[in-house]
Amino acid sequence: MAKRYSALSLLRHALQPSSPWPRAWRSPAPKSSYDVVIIGGGGHGLASAYYLAANHGIKNVAVIERSYIGSGNVGRNTTIVRSNYMIGGNTPFFEFSLKLWEGLSHTLNFNVMLSQRGQIGLAHNPSQMDVLARKGNIMRLHGIDAELLDRGEVMKLLPYLDYSDAARFPVVGGIIQHRAGTVRHDAVAWGYARAASDLGVDIIENCEMTGFLMEQGKVVGIDTTKGRIRAGKTAIAVAGHSSHIAAKAGLRLPVESHLLQAFVSEPIKPLVHHVVSFGAELYYISQSDKGGLVFGGHIDGFANYSQRGQFPKVQTVAECAVSLMPCVSRLRLLRHWAGIMDMTPDGAPFIGRTPVPNLYLDGGWCYQGFKAIPASGWTFAHTIAKGEEHELNRCFSLDRFAKGGELDDHGSGNWTYKQ
Amino acid sequence: MLRITCPWCGERDYSEFRYGSEVKTRPAPGTGDLKTWHDHVFLFDNPKGPTREYWQHVLGCRQWLVLERDTATNAVGKAVPARDAASKSGAGR
Ligand SMILES: Cc1cc2nc3c(=O)[nH]c(=O)nc-3n(C[C@H](O)[C@H](O)[C@H](O)COP(=O)(O)OP(=O)(O)OC[C@H]3O[C@@H](n4cnc5c(N)ncnc54)[C@H](O)[C@@H]3O)c2cc1C
Ligand SMILES: [Zn+2]
Repeated sequence: MAKRYSALSLLRHALQPSSPWPRAWRSPAPKSSYDVVIIGGGGHGLASAYYLAANHGIKNVAVIERSYIGSGNVGRNTTIVRSNYMIGGNTPFFEFSLKLWEGLSHTLNFNVMLSQRGQIGLAHNPSQMDVLARKGNIMRLHGIDAELLDRGEVMKLLPYLDYSDAARFPVVGGIIQHRAGTVRHDAVAWGYARAASDLGVDIIENCEMTGFLMEQGKVVGIDTTKGRIRAGKTAIAVAGHSSHIAAKAGLRLPVESHLLQAFVSEPIKPLVHHVVSFGAELYYISQSDKGGLVFGGHIDGFANYSQRGQFPKVQTVAECAVSLMPCVSRLRLLRHWAGIMDMTPDGAPFIGRTPVPNLYLDGGWCYQGFKAIPASGWTFAHTIAKGEEHELNRCFSLDRFAKGGELDDHGSGNWTYKQ
Repeated sequence: MLRITCPWCGERDYSEFRYGSEVKTRPAPGTGDLKTWHDHVFLFDNPKGPTREYWQHVLGCRQWLVLERDTATNAVGKAVPARDAASKSGAGR
């Protein structure tokens, strides 16, 4: 068992740099059977395992990860967390998630470095201001913080934007959620892994799931590169690979896998103190603790598992950056990379049961899956433990299209391949 | 950069094209129950590997094509006019 981190343990290590920190989680060989096996050791898989053990006392659990913990999208995203969603279902879910983020470092005894620097969405014409006002009102009715900003207030907070008469998109105003911000993404994977492992969950890295074990139409386990593992319940949490894995159980999903890229500039002195999103395109920017400007935009736009971004997106995102902030035009791009994501017809996820007995699915996360990790893990664990949905994930069912329950939250930034 | 060879315009950057979706066969109008149509509209094979998909040459001749592509490697094969692919009744999965 890992020792709890404390100010004293940090000090002791600082004074004895030669003694290494103990491993943060155990590295066991897989047992032949578990109560629950979770496929995918990303943020969602690890959080679900942790809440199964912590909230429901189900500790005979394995998380199977084909690579290493944190190698997937949990370590590839732009780390933004916020709860400024507008439609029923999304609003309470993402606010619950943000509340869990606010206590997560304490819960996990691992500093996930939540930085509530505030997220500002910009408006470039009066009708966009109306939309932001409506969104802010809906949020405040749900007890979520939101504040409308006029042009002068935006100029004070974000003096580096283009306010000249030549600006391609004039800034009319914006909206701020002060409690939104960023989280250290690797720490989320490491923190959940360590806390889950402490409670008895087996985290099995470098172990790929290769097929389902089916008996009388029910899933009773999985085959992996480390052998066969039987399971009472099996859960899929593989981010962009949901279709590929579900197909092995004969399931077709309302999902296309697409690439999303992220970009980091060379480090500069502190300039961008918030998370800022451009109202004229899907483009957003923040500054990392190391000084790099981190930015992202739209998906590449066609189904893809290759995890290699295409150049035209680099260009579009750079164009957005320069039209919003001309001062970055001579900054060099240090790195860009891509992650594979499930895109759904309405931009909302799936957390719940599937038509196949004993098989559960958490996927379809499109653009918003990082901020969702705590609430998704919490509600998915509830569904797996009880065999039925939590009130917060009932709306994310796989059959919502058949039932007319689409959750299309365009007003707050979910765009699907339909665009 | 992904390059697509349009049967009319020749080899071009993919950014001249718009992706349509994987090739699916639409049930005949007036046939099929709700589930047939739900599955047609909302479900995808979304394979990791070779597939056939619709693309439109929006910044060129504006024709719809059926392109062979491998979603795991991005290797691009032949593009044929979508109406030819459909008339050969090969448009199904
Ligand atoms: C560039 C980019 C920027 C983003 N920015 C944001 C953002 O700012 N805010 C936000 O909320 N969301 C953002 N997202 C979305 C978010 O990152 C994802 O939705 C979320 O991280 C996905 O869940 P996960 O962390 O569990 O996935 P992952 O970390 O990808 O976990 C899935 C795991 O499953 C494993 N796996 C797959 N197949 C198998 C198999 N057969 N056997 C065993 N293991 C397998 C993979 O190796 C992987 O580790 C962004 C995504 C990208 C790509
Ligand atoms: Zn053409």
